[in-house]
Amino acid sequence: MFDNLTDKFDRAFKVLKGQGQITEVNVAETLKEVRRALLDADVNFKTAKDFTNQIKEKALGRDVLTAVKPGQLLVKIVQEELAELMGGEQEDVDLKGNPAIILMSGLQGSGKTTFSGKLANYLKTKKGKKPLLVACDIYRPAAIDQLHVVGDQIGVEVFSNRDEKDPVKISQAAIQYARSNGHNVVIVDTAGRLAIDEQMMNEITAVKRAINPSETLFVVDAMTGQDAVNTAKAFNERLNFDGVVLTKLDGDTRGGAAISIKSVVNKPIKFIGTGEKMEAIDLFYPKRMADRILGMGDVVSLVERAQENYDEEKARKLHKKIAKNEFSFDDFLDQIQQIKKMGNMKDLMGMIPGMGKAVKNLDIDDDAFKGIESIIYSMTPEERNDHKILNGSRRKRIANGSGASLQDVNKLVKQFEETRKMMQLMSNKKNMANMMRQMGGMKGMPGM
Amino acid sequence: MGIFKIFSRDKKEKLDEGLEKTKSSVFSKLSKAVAGKSKVDDEVLDNLEEVLISSDVGVNTTLKIIERIEARVAKDKYLGTDELNRILKEEITGLLDESNSGDATEFTTPADKKPYVIMVVGVNGVGKTTTIGKLAYQFKKAGKSVVLGAADTFRAAAVEQLKIWAQRVDVPIVEQGMNADPASVAFDTLQSAVKRGADVVLIDTAGRLHNKVNLMNELTKIKRVMDKIIPDAPHEVLLVLDGSTGQNAIEQARQFTKATEVTALALTKIDGTAKGGVVIGISDEFKIPVKYIGVGEGMEHLQVFNRHEFVDSLFSND
Repeated sequence: MFDNLTDKFDRAFKVLKGQGQITEVNVAETLKEVRRALLDADVNFKTAKDFTNQIKEKALGRDVLTAVKPGQLLVKIVQEELAELMGGEQEDVDLKGNPAIILMSGLQGSGKTTFSGKLANYLKTKKGKKPLLVACDIYRPAAIDQLHVVGDQIGVEVFSNRDEKDPVKISQAAIQYARSNGHNVVIVDTAGRLAIDEQMMNEITAVKRAINPSETLFVVDAMTGQDAVNTAKAFNERLNFDGVVLTKLDGDTRGGAAISIKSVVNKPIKFIGTGEKMEAIDLFYPKRMADRILGMGDVVSLVERAQENYDEEKARKLHKKIAKNEFSFDDFLDQIQQIKKMGNMKDLMGMIPGMGKAVKNLDIDDDAFKGIESIIYSMTPEERNDHKILNGSRRKRIANGSGASLQDVNKLVKQFEETRKMMQLMSNKKNMANMMRQMGGMKGMPGM
Repeated sequence: MGIFKIFSRDKKEKLDEGLEKTKSSVFSKLSKAVAGKSKVDDEVLDNLEEVLISSDVGVNTTLKIIERIEARVAKDKYLGTDELNRILKEEITGLLDESNSGDATEFTTPADKKPYVIMVVGVNGVGKTTTIGKLAYQFKKAGKSVVLGAADTFRAAAVEQLKIWAQRVDVPIVEQGMNADPASVAFDTLQSAVKRGADVVLIDTAGRLHNKVNLMNELTKIKRVMDKIIPDAPHEVLLVLDGSTGQNAIEQARQFTKATEVTALALTKIDGTAKGGVVIGISDEFKIPVKYIGVGEGMEHLQVFNRHEFVDSLFSND
């Protein structure tokens, strides 16, 4: 996500490396780079200026007290300040009221409708709510259809009235409908509008007044430039929104908007959108994001995502199999499915510390395992169960069937055998130490 | 608001109104920057830096402009602030001129290229479909026969959206519904356009982030398929950029050009508070002309981009 900014910081901090102390002179050079990095990342001009000034003060102040290397110290300060700037702790959506009412707002094309769907899906699957989506974009062609398609995808009901041209009336009717049909959350999608469009701003203000939402969200494209600040300010003045949603963060935008918006309107960023799938929604963790900017990875997110998709029952069975040395190609396939469920491979790898830069230019996508899968699918059930019977002619047949080369098949079988051995070792605690030694020589999987 | 209300407004007025924001904000900041000073000094240049960066011009381009102005200050020795506007305007026009030979005009449809095929690409939510609707309207008004191809088969209701535009403008549309193969839709559209003897084909594509390799490859494939029906098609690849996008627009231009050899740019949504300064940065880096600017949601809210007018209105002193 913030890989580009991380690159810049990497370079900026290189200047400081190998120097014993932070002085006015060497900090100035680095901070100039930091400021430039922030500006290149679309951080608001003033925000970037204030930020670097703050860093300077803190850096010079702390220098006397500590004996750490200047680079490390500055990294730490920048990280802390960045997290602080993006807003202390993580904040969840406010769902008080029955139904709880959430109002979406933002410019055209920021991703309100897609995000409304994601949020409904999130509340349904993670919070056990029964949401109702409300189509109040009566202007853009097919906007109502779009919300209906999204609703169908996630199995959430959509309220619309194609004959009604007043969003206030539509949203009020929707809330009535929600009450009588047991929906406990109402998400009101609205038309995109420019902050300077007086008539449209009056309209959404009227909607807000009429439905009194517990949560008003401002949706903003993460690629937005310097204007992010103006737009956020203008929407906030009219709507006094409760939180910000940052969309399209799966792009390679440096995402400086995240930093500026919070500092200008002082509202928390509550969610981020990270893809086109309905599951591609995440809470916003300022601390983690700051870590990410600095190339420290996002291990916590990774672990959480792994936990969410972890099937305990399956895992127990697998452990047994491994202990008995019965791990088969079918189990291997199963493992791949588990990993795939966790989401986009590039995203996942980007969360591993130090990997951000490495995967930046790599062509990794959801089909990263396709090669492996097609080889395994080309095996007979017998072969999948017992890899030892894979002789030369069988391998040749598999290669033909899967469209892979014979070398690919051989490589996969060899790696499968190695993985098996490794798992055996892992299942035996005595061998843990051994395993750790072997880890160093482990090779990557084909296709990755 | 309504499309219809804005639609009734005079289009030139609308454009001026859109640019007015750019103009007044850049100029008012600059006036503040130079107020009470009789020559361009470091402080003025610092303020100039702020003005340009706050307009999304970008650090590199800003430094380039400032370097040029510094060089002129050094050469001319004494430079009054009243001259600053003129010089700034000259330098920016210079940057735009270097990368665009001649004046960018609207798409022309050569008689020997019939139908003239325009493929429209861009990231999600920039306004591709809306731009296509507006373009179709312009071509139709100019007496051309137009066919639309609904190759955004991915985004929910994208086909529906284009269908509504087709009805509104009253032009035929070729579609295979949602989730169809976009390359196949493009293929069909071209076939149908040839059969009808249409003048112009506009192909809509799904929004995609430029760092998604698979999706960019798909775009290359859609483009390649058209060549099978009409050699050299598409004749134009129009990259639509959101006017409020920051420096990422440069990367978008780079990656889309890599995948589809973009031939023209359209800058949308500059009727808001966004300043569109990114155009200067992009024009400085790529040899792709900006052809259109989107200044509203109505059919007529698409203007031919003219960089002289653009720079003029940025710095005209009124």
